[in-house]
Amino acid sequence: MMPFHFSDFQFFLPEIWVAGAVCVILLVECFDFKEKHKWIYGLTQATLLGALLLTLPLWWMEKRVVLNGMFAADKLATVAKGIIYLVTAMALVYAREYVHVRNFEKSEYYVLTLTAVLGMMVIVSGAHLLSLYLGIELLSLSLYALIAMRRDSSLALEAALKFFVIGALGSGLLLYGISMIYGVSAHLDIRSVAEFAAETSESRLMLMLGVVFIISGLAFKLGSVPFHMWVPDVYQGSPTSVTAFISSAPKVAAFGLVARFLMEAFPVLHGEWQQFLLILAISSMALGNIIAIAQTNIKRMLAYSAITHMGFFLLGVLVGTGQGNAAALFYIMAYVLMSLGAFGMVIFMSRAGVEAEKIDDFKGLNAVHPWYAFIMMVLMFSLAGVPPTVGFYAKLSVLKSIIDVDMVWLAVVAVIFALMGAYYYLRVVKTVYFDAPGKNLERFVLPPRDLRVVLSLNGLAIIGLGLFPYGLMLLCQQVFA
Amino acid sequence: MIEWPLLSLLIWLPITGGIFILFFSKSEWINPRWFALFTVAATWALCVPLILFFDRDASNMQFTETVSWIPTFNIHYALGVDGFSVPLILLTAFCTLLAVLAGWKSIQKHVAQYMAAFLIMMGLMHGVFAARDAILFYMFWESMLVPMFLIIGIWGGDNRVYATIKFFLYTFLGSILMLVALIYLGIQAGGFSIEDFQKMPLGLTAQLFIFIAFFMAFAVKVPMWPVHTWLPDAHVEAPTGGSVILAAIMLKMGAYGFLRLSLPIAPDASLLLNKWIIALSLIAIVYIGFVSLVQRDMKKLIAYSSIAHMGFVTLGLFVGYLLIAEQRSVESMQLGIEGAFVQVISHGFISAALFLCVGVLYDRMHSRLIGDYGAVVDRMPIFAVFFVLFALANSGLPGTSGFVGEFMVILSTLQANFWIAALAAITLIVGAAYNLWLVKRVIFGQASHGGISSLEDIDFRECVMLLLLAGAVLFVGLYPAALLNLMHTSVDSLLQQMMQSKIG
Repeated sequence: MMPFHFSDFQFFLPEIWVAGAVCVILLVECFDFKEKHKWIYGLTQATLLGALLLTLPLWWMEKRVVLNGMFAADKLATVAKGIIYLVTAMALVYAREYVHVRNFEKSEYYVLTLTAVLGMMVIVSGAHLLSLYLGIELLSLSLYALIAMRRDSSLALEAALKFFVIGALGSGLLLYGISMIYGVSAHLDIRSVAEFAAETSESRLMLMLGVVFIISGLAFKLGSVPFHMWVPDVYQGSPTSVTAFISSAPKVAAFGLVARFLMEAFPVLHGEWQQFLLILAISSMALGNIIAIAQTNIKRMLAYSAITHMGFFLLGVLVGTGQGNAAALFYIMAYVLMSLGAFGMVIFMSRAGVEAEKIDDFKGLNAVHPWYAFIMMVLMFSLAGVPPTVGFYAKLSVLKSIIDVDMVWLAVVAVIFALMGAYYYLRVVKTVYFDAPGKNLERFVLPPRDLRVVLSLNGLAIIGLGLFPYGLMLLCQQVFA
Repeated sequence: MIEWPLLSLLIWLPITGGIFILFFSKSEWINPRWFALFTVAATWALCVPLILFFDRDASNMQFTETVSWIPTFNIHYALGVDGFSVPLILLTAFCTLLAVLAGWKSIQKHVAQYMAAFLIMMGLMHGVFAARDAILFYMFWESMLVPMFLIIGIWGGDNRVYATIKFFLYTFLGSILMLVALIYLGIQAGGFSIEDFQKMPLGLTAQLFIFIAFFMAFAVKVPMWPVHTWLPDAHVEAPTGGSVILAAIMLKMGAYGFLRLSLPIAPDASLLLNKWIIALSLIAIVYIGFVSLVQRDMKKLIAYSSIAHMGFVTLGLFVGYLLIAEQRSVESMQLGIEGAFVQVISHGFISAALFLCVGVLYDRMHSRLIGDYGAVVDRMPIFAVFFVLFALANSGLPGTSGFVGEFMVILSTLQANFWIAALAAITLIVGAAYNLWLVKRVIFGQASHGGISSLEDIDFRECVMLLLLAGAVLFVGLYPAALLNLMHTSVDSLLQQMMQSKIG
């Protein structure tokens, strides 16, 4: 038992702040006053900003594990939290008007978003198998409820239920794996488990079995093939504002999960889990890319694209070097920005009573709003990995880390799938630029200014980081230095 | 030497101009056409010091700029030009002017975007020819696809979507494998400087794989048979300006890639595989020559003839290795490469000119079919002069630029193998056949329908475009030494790299 120092507080102050803010917002909800939702929205954004300010100083501190080995405060946690706040804030800007005109702007929407953020924060700071599990459950339960908030939509309910059942299955597998590891090692905190795994030789097989279950659970959460079936349905069924959120911030948390479970707890079993990830990665890229070609619904298409990108991301993870980990982190950050932007565009195209979910709804956008057509194009080319966008450097850094460990064949496989992927992204660009304006644009309503500004910044960030990726790359490298 | 970053200006001035046009496309006080012309003119002005201060006798890169860009991967923003890059940069600037002028009247929708796309592409193409860092090179190389994709897709013909997606995917397939090769080389060399790649020793197996990856990228761009099928589609559907840039610059990038990357980085693999490349080049020259003969669409005919002419380029580049095997003199190798490069520049002018001519006719009659024309000379005598001149240049008439390159390549090939040279030379007759037959059916003969009689001859703008091109074609044809002097030193250093084994 480590003694508790009062100064340890600063390491989990952001978590306490968010949890406290959740309570405050729930209290404010009880009162009735004018423009209540605007106030609550503002409070939520302020909470995220405050959390960012509280998290920032931790970057310069030494890595610490506090609360009896439950909670890690290191560079990985700090960076991941920073990205989570930023992405969530952006997702909320995209969501505000969307939920308002669809009559489900309830305080709970914001509260559940914050509890999801709290869950993700616990995940990325998890130094203990159980605290990781706790974080996953907090995140997942919030997301189930968020999806189901649109009670009148049967699609949303179906998505929520599917997500719940699959999520429970995934969590079950994960927990089973954890229990096996606990069974052989009698440890739950990651550092001790790693030490045990390094020393033991007779329990290696049992540990490996546990890792297999953990990987399956992680694959459920990441949505990689063959545990991907929920992704398209959930992405399509959820209200678009929720999809934008699900497709972005939780991916950063998923990176945290992978980092803690595989990179930190079982570096000695790297040779074994590399094989599993290889299969997951290749099959995700193959299946995601091929099925995405057949989609007409843009949310479904982006869902399959998400599966593909998770495959590419796993390539960076399976390398197992510091450079590979940094590349994977960079990939996730880049992907999160692109995915958020893409769903932001879907929200941009929608209006009261109209969900612009078909790719055809984007027809001829260039003729009416060239600037947003340009942003859509930038997003699509970035997802396809064409320079000068950040998507290109994400792919470049992953490819470089693969080739660094002499897996050139894998790099060739990966780029061939990237080529296949280019086709369906190009098709969206084609719809936006080459087709005549369709019905959806006839009664088009321009969304509020804050959404447009953030969406523009999102698009510009993708080009800006594509031209000057160094800062972000350096950040990722320092995390794994 | 001058201190200011000339190459960066050549790259970023047009790009900035293009972005500027996009932002102010809705305001009244800026006319996108004139603004684009002004930007191109300013870029031309930048080319003057480029050629004046270029040292012909220095074999190293000139006007170099090096700034660390992504230190984590040791990637630099490194620019520089040699005797191969300078003519290509000049050609790019020249052809962009043509593309802007070609769209002056015929483009009526999204004018600002059209002009911006060409200006941005101009900067990116300059970047390809000036990059000294592999990743920078790749970045320019790939981003160039985006404006071209839009140009064909937005302003193209009826089947434009198919053509442009095919174009993009074909070129993307090639270049993405090149990316893998570049990353591999970068890891081996510990940095991405192309000069380091060229100096680095490399085992034969690695060289073979790298050569094949590069070959995929460059063969698609050149294009070589059998990966040429995107070209006729893209050309036919692209607007005139797009065809000009495609034929005059994009295809040249393949040849430039061979010169800059394939030959110096993988000389042993090139030596091993040169017979295959020569065979493919001959197929392009002979077979595609016959394919051109039977085309009914003028643009398709010129597109196929481009493939045949680019066959001479690859032949000239790779015939050098046959000469080594035959133990011929270095001079004949030099002749082959210089011939190939003259052909690159010359074909840039001639194909641009022919596509512009077709564009002139298309603007008036909205048809590209040869059968829809005839007796055009009666109504458009000035145009007919230009058309005949360019068609003859295309078939290699002495005195025009088309003759010089092909003649040099054939001469060089002759010293390596008589039969290859004979085969290549005989197909010049096919070239003459399809060009002259085209002239006969379009310019002379019987008018196919009454519409011909209402044709109007070319106006001042069109006349300027064609006059510029005619001047260029004749200048290179009559005084090729101007071009040869520019690249002589670079060819020498390339030959040294080609002949030096890198194994061990």
